[in-house]
Amino acid sequence: MKDWRYWLAEQRGTLFAFGIFIVMFAIYSANHPAGFTANVVQTAANKGVLLAFVAMAQTLVVITAGIDLSVGMIFTLTNCMASWLVIGTGLETGFGVLAVLGTGLLCGAINGAIIIYGRLQPIVATIATGAVFFGLALLLRPVPGGSVNEDLADFLTGRFFGVVPASLVALLVVVLVVWVPFSRSEFGRAAYAAGSSEMAAYMSGVPIRRGKFLAYTLAGLLAAIGGLFLTFFTYTGEAAYASGNAYTLFSIAAVVLGGVSLFGGKGSAIGAIFGALAFRTIGDLLFVFDFDPLWQPLFQGVILLIAVSLGAFALFRVRNRLEWFL
Amino acid sequence: MSETTLGGLAGRMPKFLRRADPAVVTAFACIVLLLFLGSLYSRSFLSPEYLLQQLKVASFLGVIATGMMLVILLGQIDLSVPWAVAAGAMMACAAAAYGSAGVALAIPFGVLCGVAIGIVNGIGVAYLRIPSMIITLATNAVAQGLMVVYTGGFSPQDSATAAMRYLATGFTIPGVPNAVIIWALIGAAMVFMLTRSSFGRAVYGIGNRERAAYLSGIDTRRIVLIAFAVSGGLSAFGGVLLAGYASKAAQSMGDAYLLPSIAAVVLGGTSILGGRGSYLGTVAGVILITLLQSILSVMQMPEAGRQIIYGVVIVAMLLLYGRAPASR
Repeated sequence: MKDWRYWLAEQRGTLFAFGIFIVMFAIYSANHPAGFTANVVQTAANKGVLLAFVAMAQTLVVITAGIDLSVGMIFTLTNCMASWLVIGTGLETGFGVLAVLGTGLLCGAINGAIIIYGRLQPIVATIATGAVFFGLALLLRPVPGGSVNEDLADFLTGRFFGVVPASLVALLVVVLVVWVPFSRSEFGRAAYAAGSSEMAAYMSGVPIRRGKFLAYTLAGLLAAIGGLFLTFFTYTGEAAYASGNAYTLFSIAAVVLGGVSLFGGKGSAIGAIFGALAFRTIGDLLFVFDFDPLWQPLFQGVILLIAVSLGAFALFRVRNRLEWFL
Repeated sequence: MSETTLGGLAGRMPKFLRRADPAVVTAFACIVLLLFLGSLYSRSFLSPEYLLQQLKVASFLGVIATGMMLVILLGQIDLSVPWAVAAGAMMACAAAAYGSAGVALAIPFGVLCGVAIGIVNGIGVAYLRIPSMIITLATNAVAQGLMVVYTGGFSPQDSATAAMRYLATGFTIPGVPNAVIIWALIGAAMVFMLTRSSFGRAVYGIGNRERAAYLSGIDTRRIVLIAFAVSGGLSAFGGVLLAGYASKAAQSMGDAYLLPSIAAVVLGGTSILGGRGSYLGTVAGVILITLLQSILSVMQMPEAGRQIIYGVVIVAMLLLYGRAPASR
């Protein structure tokens, strides 16, 4: 096989997600009353990047064959924190942003420490830490409220040069600063290797524990960036249980749509980003077609069900029935 | 039995203690500790009325956790509990609005809706080989969507039937709430099924290694499908009971039961990886969780504090005895 074929085989999931997104967005903007304008793109981008950040966070953990059911709650907690801290003069705002991101890192590190060094199952452990994070969020914001440095918020949710949505640029910067170095580092490879086959990775002397720990920690950071952006969009903080849960759920859907294998070791955050953008666009399709918003949860649920069932097609390739059981 | 090899303390302990699972013993010890701490706070914690009331509240969680345990024993998980509970409650109340036949069929209809959700889960997990965590999340979202469309986003106005109220709040035997009797019956059936039937053997077998169970001639996919259907049905039945208790269904009534049901099963010593665990442990876990919730609310702890303590306690107890073996 030629080099480009290997590349294509590896990137198939990402390209698939990209394709879905392009098709869906084309349908969306073609039927939108305002058409394909900078305003429509900006609004769509602002909604999409929130899920994209959380989906990236989920990707890092899913690559190690784990799962983080607390990402939505870290997102909610950091939203509540940002509504207290990211305000005031430039310096205060800066420290506030750092504190919020640090909190995210800490939450992720706690998850990682409990799961890797405490040897607990990721599902149960992150459900429990998610309850703690939500409790803290509720402590910070018993009722919705707070405010944010509006200059910074408007800058990061507006447009550069009148066309490019700033939130997309921020997403690109985060990809370049967090994802690219991680996936190319020794620890990133360790995370992939641990997800692919932990035993083989261990035997090869790969630092799997540190790789997985870094993946969980960075997942916390990415969820915190998402929470920060939520504050920039809404100008308030709210400890909403349903919204936190929905983000966790949608992040898993986005990851699956983005071609990241839930069994670990396969996929990339870029795919998950397109998965997230596609998922958001599909959800918004209902609005441009003037459906009753009541149908939206059902529609999203059915899309999710179809997306996760797509993986079942691999079964047709199975020759030996014992391969049903992993 | 050679006393020398068993060593001092363990050798002198009565037989039933020696055989007991340390996790179950720890869970019961924690229940006693909680009751002791509670009684320091207020003497009424040890009164029979309070304890019976707790047992009654625990029985709703107990019914739901029974189904969850069956699924966890297979090495799977059922995250569709929240809306299976709500769907069971809402559909039972909805059926009650359709004349006397509707009233008579309300409970079976509610449970059947849960079974249907469970069957979708089971098909996804057993035949399509989708990870259970994912497919159950998806069916949960679909069930939520269906209920939102049905109710229009508000709590339904239909109220529970007299039979549902009787099951949840009545007394057939003086002094013992019906809900507790129901939990005891379901628990007994579960114990019988797990320990005395080939279905139970198959469940433990699949939980240990599905491949081996398959090669031993067990139709593993059918067993998994049935287990998920039972879990969905029991969740919905829990919802029916809850609707009877509150005399109506509500939008997010099931949300408060997902984490507690998983926690109760896992705290009771059932391995989240499947294949190991006893129903006695689940009973202990359910009572432990209910007591913890009750004591926190009696102390008038705000919701935020409750969530934090709750999560910390679960992580701490799992770190005590729920850890995976140190490999290599």
